[in-house]
Amino acid sequence: MNIEEIRRQFPILHQEVNGHPLVYLDSAATSQKPTAVIEAVKNYYEWDNANVHRGVHTLGSRATDAYEGAREKLRRFINARSTEEIIFTRGTTTAINLVASSYARAVCKEGDEIVITPMEHHSNLIPWQQVAQATGAVLKYIPLQQDGSISLEDVEKTITEKTKMVSVMYVSNVLGVVNPVKEIAAIAHRHGAKMLVDGAQSTPHLKVDVQDLDCDFYALSGHKMCAPTGIGALYGKKELLQEMEPIEFGGEMIDHVGLYNSTWKDLPWKFEGGTPIIAGAVGLAAAIDFLESIGMENIDRHEKQLTSYALERMVEIEGLTIYGPGQDRAGLVTFNLDDVHPHDVATVLDAEGVAVRAGHHCCQPLMRWLNVTATARASFYLYNTEADVDRLITALIKTKEYFGHVST
Amino acid sequence: MSQLDDLYRRVIMDHYKNPRNRGTFDEGEAVSINLNNPTCGDKIQLQMQVEDGRVKAAKFVGEGCSISLSSASMMTDAVKGKTLEEALEMAENFSGLMKGESVEFEYEDIESLSGVNKFPARIKCATLAWNALRKGIEQSKTQ
Repeated sequence: MNIEEIRRQFPILHQEVNGHPLVYLDSAATSQKPTAVIEAVKNYYEWDNANVHRGVHTLGSRATDAYEGAREKLRRFINARSTEEIIFTRGTTTAINLVASSYARAVCKEGDEIVITPMEHHSNLIPWQQVAQATGAVLKYIPLQQDGSISLEDVEKTITEKTKMVSVMYVSNVLGVVNPVKEIAAIAHRHGAKMLVDGAQSTPHLKVDVQDLDCDFYALSGHKMCAPTGIGALYGKKELLQEMEPIEFGGEMIDHVGLYNSTWKDLPWKFEGGTPIIAGAVGLAAAIDFLESIGMENIDRHEKQLTSYALERMVEIEGLTIYGPGQDRAGLVTFNLDDVHPHDVATVLDAEGVAVRAGHHCCQPLMRWLNVTATARASFYLYNTEADVDRLITALIKTKEYFGHVST
Repeated sequence: MSQLDDLYRRVIMDHYKNPRNRGTFDEGEAVSINLNNPTCGDKIQLQMQVEDGRVKAAKFVGEGCSISLSSASMMTDAVKGKTLEEALEMAENFSGLMKGESVEFEYEDIESLSGVNKFPARIKCATLAWNALRKGIEQSKTQ
């Protein structure tokens, strides 16, 4: 993997921020976009723009081919059986909400159980709270181990015959934990429950195979994997999606419309009401090509190396607390500096040109579990280098010095 | 780092290190407002004792960064003895300060927060306590 060659393809990385060359360490929030993706979106608007599934004219066919071609590309990327199982959404959040609103609300009754974990992102927590409140189902949490990981023993104890739905993130955006979602899916199925995998943080970084995971649903976002914002997808097993009712009604999703009754299109279109994000799908297809040209295994390996280098170097900094397991983790490090609020850390790092995230990372229950209000987080992607980590370390040392005279 | 010094002035760091009016009143002795900054998880509880339309005293507890806590420290000091109208005007003036307007405060320390307007991401930190003040004033008026 030639990092310099990869970096050349990300124009945004070649700028100064606050007088320093930019070090972008916030890819878990959103990734940067390579030229290939930017060009694909630009070309689409310059040459092919038209609405899909209705144009008799040439541009209409081009737009439809591009949109449906992206669906096929994504199907292959995550190894779904058929494109009927790939529903384009705005992102992970909408994908999860679709399952919660359409599937879970129809299936859950009072006393049934929905199982999640305390490390879930708000987008994989609140929809289930809502389902529980609306149906009388009970929301149950698989407890976390000391280091933030979950044990299969606990999974076995939490999932019961009453469980209808299990929803777990593949990779934690705070702890970097990689959850055993395949094993959890098997346990869920043994109890007759369905399993959703929140793939927001895994799809950009790991080779994903939904058939191998045998999950029933898989949600993902494009913008964290080099594609534009506003495009994502829900994978669902065909037989489940067929049972499900659409939750958005209108144009594009209908078959026959009568004055009082209507019928829906076939999968996957019955879930895609309204004009879709066509340019976003085009960008997603280009992003998949780009990632595949580098190889998901290579990306995964590169990030793991970078993370272990970062962990090694961060230990040198006295007063720095790292959250999450020491090893077997994804490409991000969440931390706090003693006596300096993470916001202040992020501001000083930004003044040094180093972009990190500070806050609760949309994981308030997990923050409470960690017993902090907020943390700082450095997250890596394929374009980051050891030199970026070195800049982070230097900036963290400066932060310590800067706030050295303050102790609260 | 000189740009940072605009943000982290000595006065601010002093309020952060030695917050004024940190604490709570006994139950039933004050109006109480809880406010979160949902973007970062910071929270503040502001308590105000209001008598005859005047703020007799204000105290706060909470978790936050240096900017939000020092702002709370200054605000609770500055509103002491003010009428609710004067306190509200002060909150308005503080909004102006955050927009880059040059505003003078009787309680001069507050002016040290003017540098925050160059750090748009941090304005929410600085205004948290002042938003709590606005709510407290509203609540006091309806009681």
